Amino acid sequence: MRAPPALSASAPRNGSRDSVSGALRRSASSSSTAAAAAEMSASSAFIDEKGGSASEPEYGHDPASGGIFSTDYKRHDDLKEMLDSNKDSLKLEAMKRIVAMIARGKNASDLFPAVVKNVACKNIEVKKLVYVYLVRYAEEQQDLALLSISTFQRGLKDPNQLIRASALRVLSSIRVTIIVPIMMLAIKEAASDMSPYVRKTAAHAIPKLHSLDPEQKDQLIEVIEKLLADKTTLVAGSVVMAFEEVCPDRIDLIHKNYRKLCNLLIDVEEWGQVVIINMLTRYARTQFLNPNINESLLEESSEKAFYASDDEEDEDKKAEAATLAKRKPYVMDPDHRLLLRNTKPLLQSRNAAVVMAVAQLYFHLAPKAEVGIIAKALVRLMRSHSEVQYVVLQNVATMTIKRRGMFEPYLKSFYIRSTDPTQIKILKLEVLTNLANETNISTILREFQTYIKSMDKDFVAASIQAIGRCATNIGEVRDTCLNGLVQLLSNRDELVVAESVVVIKKLLQMQPEQHSDIIKHMAKLIDNIQVPMARASILWLIGEYCEHVPKIAPDVLRNMAKTFTNEEDIVKLQIINLAAKLYLTNSKQTKLLTQYVLNLAKYDQNYDIRDRARFIRQLIVPTDKSGALSKYAKKLFLALKPAPVLQSTFKDRDHFQLGSLSHLLNAKAAGYQELPDWPESVPDPSVRNVEQEEVIDTSEGRMGLLGDWREIPDWSKCTSRKDRKEKKTEKPFYSDSEGESGPTESADSESDSGSGSESASASDESGSGSESEESREETESEDEEEDEEKEKKRKKRLDKTKAKKPAEESAESEQSSGTEDRKRGRKAVKNQKSASESESESESSESEDESEEESEEESESDTDIRKKKTPISKQPPKQSKKESKKERQEMSLLDLDDFEPAPASAPVTPVNFLSSSLVSDLEGLSLTNNILAPTTIAPSGSIKMYELLHRITGEGLAVEYCFSRQPFSPDPNMVAVQIQFTNNTNSETKNLHIEEPRLQSGMRIREFTEIDVLAAGESVTVVMGIDFCDSTQAANFQLCTHTRKFFVSIQPPVGELMTPVFLTENDFKKEQGKLMGMNEISEKLMLGEKCVNEHVIVERVTATANLSRVPCGSEKECRFAGKTVSSGCLVLVTVPTKEGGAAQLTVNCEKMLIGTLLVKDIMQALSQ
Amino acid sequence: MIHSLFLINNAGDLFLEKHWKSVISRSVCDYFFEAREKAVEPDNVPPVIRTPHHYLINIYREKIFFVSVIQTEVPPLFVIEFLHRVAETFQDYFGECSESTIKDNVVIVYELLEEMLDNGFPLATESNILKELIRPPTILRSMVNTITGSSNVGETLPTGQLSTIPWRRAGVKYTNNEAYFDVVEEIDAILDKSGTTVFAEIQGVIDACVKLSGMPDLTLSFMNPRLLDDVSFHPCVRYKRWESERVISFVPPDGNFQLMSYHISAQNLVAIPVYVKQNISFFETGSSGRLDITVGPKQTMGKTVEGLVVTVHMPKVVLSANLNATQGTYNYDPVTKILVWDIGKLNPQKLPNLKGSLSLQSGAPKPEENPSLNIDLKIQQLAISGLKVNRLDMYGEKYKPFKGVKYVTKAGKFQVRT
Repeated sequence: MRAPPALSASAPRNGSRDSVSGALRRSASSSSTAAAAAEMSASSAFIDEKGGSASEPEYGHDPASGGIFSTDYKRHDDLKEMLDSNKDSLKLEAMKRIVAMIARGKNASDLFPAVVKNVACKNIEVKKLVYVYLVRYAEEQQDLALLSISTFQRGLKDPNQLIRASALRVLSSIRVTIIVPIMMLAIKEAASDMSPYVRKTAAHAIPKLHSLDPEQKDQLIEVIEKLLADKTTLVAGSVVMAFEEVCPDRIDLIHKNYRKLCNLLIDVEEWGQVVIINMLTRYARTQFLNPNINESLLEESSEKAFYASDDEEDEDKKAEAATLAKRKPYVMDPDHRLLLRNTKPLLQSRNAAVVMAVAQLYFHLAPKAEVGIIAKALVRLMRSHSEVQYVVLQNVATMTIKRRGMFEPYLKSFYIRSTDPTQIKILKLEVLTNLANETNISTILREFQTYIKSMDKDFVAASIQAIGRCATNIGEVRDTCLNGLVQLLSNRDELVVAESVVVIKKLLQMQPEQHSDIIKHMAKLIDNIQVPMARASILWLIGEYCEHVPKIAPDVLRNMAKTFTNEEDIVKLQIINLAAKLYLTNSKQTKLLTQYVLNLAKYDQNYDIRDRARFIRQLIVPTDKSGALSKYAKKLFLALKPAPVLQSTFKDRDHFQLGSLSHLLNAKAAGYQELPDWPESVPDPSVRNVEQEEVIDTSEGRMGLLGDWREIPDWSKCTSRKDRKEKKTEKPFYSDSEGESGPTESADSESDSGSGSESASASDESGSGSESEESREETESEDEEEDEEKEKKRKKRLDKTKAKKPAEESAESEQSSGTEDRKRGRKAVKNQKSASESESESESSESEDESEEESEEESESDTDIRKKKTPISKQPPKQSKKESKKERQEMSLLDLDDFEPAPASAPVTPVNFLSSSLVSDLEGLSLTNNILAPTTIAPSGSIKMYELLHRITGEGLAVEYCFSRQPFSPDPNMVAVQIQFTNNTNSETKNLHIEEPRLQSGMRIREFTEIDVLAAGESVTVVMGIDFCDSTQAANFQLCTHTRKFFVSIQPPVGELMTPVFLTENDFKKEQGKLMGMNEISEKLMLGEKCVNEHVIVERVTATANLSRVPCGSEKECRFAGKTVSSGCLVLVTVPTKEGGAAQLTVNCEKMLIGTLLVKDIMQALSQ
Repeated sequence: MIHSLFLINNAGDLFLEKHWKSVISRSVCDYFFEAREKAVEPDNVPPVIRTPHHYLINIYREKIFFVSVIQTEVPPLFVIEFLHRVAETFQDYFGECSESTIKDNVVIVYELLEEMLDNGFPLATESNILKELIRPPTILRSMVNTITGSSNVGETLPTGQLSTIPWRRAGVKYTNNEAYFDVVEEIDAILDKSGTTVFAEIQGVIDACVKLSGMPDLTLSFMNPRLLDDVSFHPCVRYKRWESERVISFVPPDGNFQLMSYHISAQNLVAIPVYVKQNISFFETGSSGRLDITVGPKQTMGKTVEGLVVTVHMPKVVLSANLNATQGTYNYDPVTKILVWDIGKLNPQKLPNLKGSLSLQSGAPKPEENPSLNIDLKIQQLAISGLKVNRLDMYGEKYKPFKGVKYVTKAGKFQVRT
């Protein structure tokens, strides 16, 4: 229906001509009778429904009064008049009727001029309906459509983002080639719009423009590139969709955005998730190595064992065993791991398409041992609508051929119900057949037996074929199956019998010599079986194997000769064949019979049979004229025929990306992107490195209830990548802990330590800080394997593993302390410590929140590195790690001592911040053991800088903030936030101030005074106050310079929402007494390895929350007090310790939310 | 992605079309009609049909075929899932998704389709957002609209799409703040002739009706979350909290929605609430058969079984049934060959029984297979898996909501083979 522009632009039309052409077009469109009939009935229904067809134009609010489908050519005059009127209600009514016409496929193009006038109508609904009309008909009436363009151009400049977006949406939907440049311009502009919603619309517009004018591709790719860098979840899905449609082969555009996309994924809307996951699957196939590269070394049996157990922990153990078995260790690229880890939770999406997308990603990308987890989710989809089942079963069928073990535990979920639609039944049957093996075949066969009795004959036929396939694949049951099938031969249903004979024939072909009795049995059956196909099959069998049944065969022929004239054609042909074969093998007995049969055939009515008889006679009966061929007659007839192969139609379908349309159809669909093969060697992983951005530490924000879906500013934690390049040995470790600090991960790290039983869920995230023991060891092993002397290493590691196994607990803490030490070491570097000092530090323990610190350290070191940090900075951590090993476990000493360079003198780095937590400092001092160097007490990490604005996004302006823990003097109810601006540009920045705070109700901001000028290269620090209303909700506002505005947000960790109060022991007890019951939250915990003394506990608690210590008589108990900044509610914390590291944490606070969050944080801090 | 959509009723009438890109002639549906013809039963139409230039992906729902036209590679589930979402949206808007309601509300339907897809790519599919964009029709509003000429389109532009919580609309206010949760469990089971369980599992959903003001942040916890074998969530649920703490933490959409669905697999022992003693036999001679069905309670956890219905799909040769039910009523439809025995409440003292003779078409061979029985039942105040909601906490808002949890157990695909 695409009218060429020249034609539609030809001449002004008058109404009547137009409707004639419309009618013509309409009849052309409904070329098929069916469609025409549909249309007729639809239109009549419509008239009925509207209650009449007055042909006179009429005004009124009542839709019933309009005669839309009158046959009069001027039928639309009433609509035109209504559209021309001043009343919105009339216009609306007219537009509604027009839209109803469009919906029915009626032509309404002659109304174009009347409608397009209303494009600027004030009434929103009229406007919307006009848009609908415009998008539908603009292509046909290009000249007139241009009239509307200026309205949209105006809309593009509107201050309201939604109007801008909708203008762009309609503008880009108008398929008029003349406006391509305008569209291009609009898209480009919208791509850098402030509002993410407008940018999303821009992404949607890209494929529209591309399909309108493919020549714009290059420019559009530029826009795509720009939008790919966008950090909002809103845009991500749409731009990847545009990427897939416009330039799916430009995989290079993804590199820089890969990690961001992985991290954003969970928060993208469902449809976008599907598109992104499918694209990332392709990406990963080009960029990473095949994780199953060494799979051949693994035995099939071990694979089965994996899947049999649901326990993932178990799997990991096996996986580790597998790694051990490998000669050349495969180390998964951390980016590869990142993708697998971030997609996994999406298996729980309610959207079947998302689940399928993740499933195919795992199938194509994950190590064999991990693929198993998708089975459960796919089985769940089987409860969904039958169309979903259909698609899922197709994919499951393909998967079961490659990875049978995966679905074996769910065998019963594929059992068939009599109410299933036939197509579903047949697919389930396919899956059941694929799953059949020696162990489960008896149950499957029993199940098949019930299927054979079904009323659905197509399904019965398929069941018989399935039995045949089971029999071919599993030798043990071949005889049972054959016997069963033979019994079916007496079935009353022809179809069943025919199908059974056919299947039996195929089975017998595989091993005829063993089954002469079955052939005999079938020979007997021939008197009873009436189905021609079955009779023919039996005759063929007897002929083919006449040597195995030498006595019966001639007799059968004799019988058949008697009934020859009454047989069906296919049977007759087989009788001739049988006769010929017998003649060749046993001519003495059958010569006359054959002659007789051939004579009968000679006069048959069917020429086919006559021909065959003639041909065979010439071939087998020796005469003088017989040619050279007759010598070979025996070879011709009794050649060994290959047994038919019974195999699944789903075999090898997995070369299509699973879940795709092409896979379903088993044929390449238009626009299908081949799934690339794994690369031979690793492509350069550094392409994914991004200009590093400092991270807003989200492990702090994890307790923010909104933390999970907050738009994630901190996707790129890339310094460690750099590190990795600089110092290879540390690769897996850093990269993973880095991934862990993503906001969506944070909940994980939080509670994994809390409950060991969660290890299953986390265990696949190998190498992350908060993980089960197995994977930790793996990480370690990866560390080591990096080393040159791998062989040696592995042996040692084995030893170590043995040593660790008995005391899982200790091993775990050992490892974690190792981690901690490493970090502490790094921090020590920052604190201008010497290496030796850092050692002693690691021996002592600090009361700092370990997990928090993990990410914190990460970000801090990131900062360092950004500030011209050198690679040497990585050495001390190693050192300290080694130290800790030494002290804890003699065994591990051996492992580590030769894989790192000697600890050089620690590099000098400036101390970024000094502790302001004077209270804890002092306390620390007073309680310190001698070993502790005073500097280590200073919780230098407890004040950390968060990034507010990165210098790249800020165009040279970098902004960081921290919670200074100082009282905010202008308003005591506010939390002081110290903000540091750094101008990295070459010009000065002016008028730095805050605008348009978007705050949750009750929240307030006290802005800092405007900074007039910030000279190039200068830094300035200001303090602002935010009243968070005692919630961890983020405060959003705009940071403005004289040229730009930036959206930023500050989210406080719960511990920063309070300020210390000094209480006496008695006061404390009194207050605590008031806050019992609901206001008291108590948790038991095990103190972490490092929490050896009171001091450490104090240190850690005060690092986590801005509290002060309350003096206490007992050594076994630590008390802290504070109050929330905003409302002044008391927060009381008590930590009594018991023997063996057990402790009890009690928080009393009127605000339960604060209490809960605080408990979690402190727990976290103490149990590390 | 999705090029066009055609709605076709069971009789083969095409009653609505919508194009998101350039117009595709409706004659493309001929391929669909061909496949429809071949399939005999509507649910046997292949979901994906290949034509020379397009691919037709269709779903069948509420006696309507939603046929979408695709031109290039796209995950088929993506389209199928989206079409179902469209059908659900119609249901949500008009109370039911039928041909007549769609025809009655054709303008709203068109507006909805316009908002749901942009250039064939899903744009707004959350019902909360859509309702802000396009108000659902109510009797009152349609009357007011006719009089005043005002519209169904929201006057203000929605903000939800812009928020980070795209499923919840802003500025929700209620005088009665309430949150209700229905734990609905369905037993899927296949029992064989002798009454042994071939296969049984539990499919559960938690439906929520949340009418809370502001931005409540809810946390639902269970007494025994370990029971849940496999779960899927509404996008509002935080996956990580579930993975780490086994609590369901979410900011709910406004109104009705399905919070989660779960699966308790065949590995666990599933209690089967009723047993069925049946004897159906057909005689070789005389064109008749006998039927005798008794239903009794098995593991009902002390609750009453209600809404008990036994459905039998009889073989084609069964002409009529002359039966006697001790309880409830039976009905045999000779056209569809379906026997429905509506029992109602199960009385353990006096077990319901259905007994009598079947008459067959004379001359036809006796059916090979006995028909299987489908059981429908309902048990109030019981979640058969034993799942229990522990508590519901609300954060972020100051008022005290009214909370309620209801448990129901139903038979899902519960089949007894005979």
